[in-house]
Amino acid sequence: MVTYDASVDDDHVFKALADPTRRHLLDRLFERDGRTLTELESELEMTRFGVMKHLRVLEDAGLVVTRRQGREKLHYLNPVPIRLVHDRWIDKYTEHRVAALANLKNELEDTA
Amino acid sequence: MTTMTAQTTQVYSVFIKATPEQIWDAITKPEFTQKYFYGVPVRATSDAYDGGGSVAGSIVEFEPAHKLVHTWRALYDADMNAEDESRVTWEIEPQEGGYTKLTVVHDKLEGAPKTAESVAGGWSFVLSGLKTLLETGEPLAG
Repeated sequence: MVTYDASVDDDHVFKALADPTRRHLLDRLFERDGRTLTELESELEMTRFGVMKHLRVLEDAGLVVTRRQGREKLHYLNPVPIRLVHDRWIDKYTEHRVAALANLKNELEDTA
Repeated sequence: MTTMTAQTTQVYSVFIKATPEQIWDAITKPEFTQKYFYGVPVRATSDAYDGGGSVAGSIVEFEPAHKLVHTWRALYDADMNAEDESRVTWEIEPQEGGYTKLTVVHDKLEGAPKTAESVAGGWSFVLSGLKTLLETGEPLAG
């Protein structure tokens, strides 16, 4: 059961993102949205049950939204929770400092 | 670097601590939309979706506090203006604990690739701002 308390929402988002398989699923949906479980499953070395479990965690965090189209259940990436985390946490610690560090990282990695 | 491939159906969803009526007002009245919708004064009535010279649309479904469906033509850019009309659906569903789920589906974007790309980042910003406005009474800073 999802609880709609703001701090609990953040917990769900961070926990959902703290797993490489789930981040991989989000990346697949970022490339092409509105996929069925079967399509997503075919790109992962994992059982259907395993993929379903991960999608469930992403849905509970609001990062994936499903819509029915005929007999199919399509999965969509919902970026709004990430935007909320951004607005809540990144803005708070002033964006330009984060940007400066990101630039430094890019520069160092480019020259390496 | 991965770039966003503009999707022809885009789905955005957010839980807001507000009533369905408050959300309805916030998406259909210019005094609210100006505070989170890129400053655009939107007036949605059963006759038209009037985005104050930035967006224009005709109404497909108009069910106050439940559902609003309208077409979408961007007027803020000549290239986008020339593209096919797309469609926006706002679904408002009450939840437990005083929360309401707002879902925005922007679809029929097949004939509007530039619009699809333009709105892809925009809707997250708009819905985050709408949530902040309704829950705190203040627009997002910046």
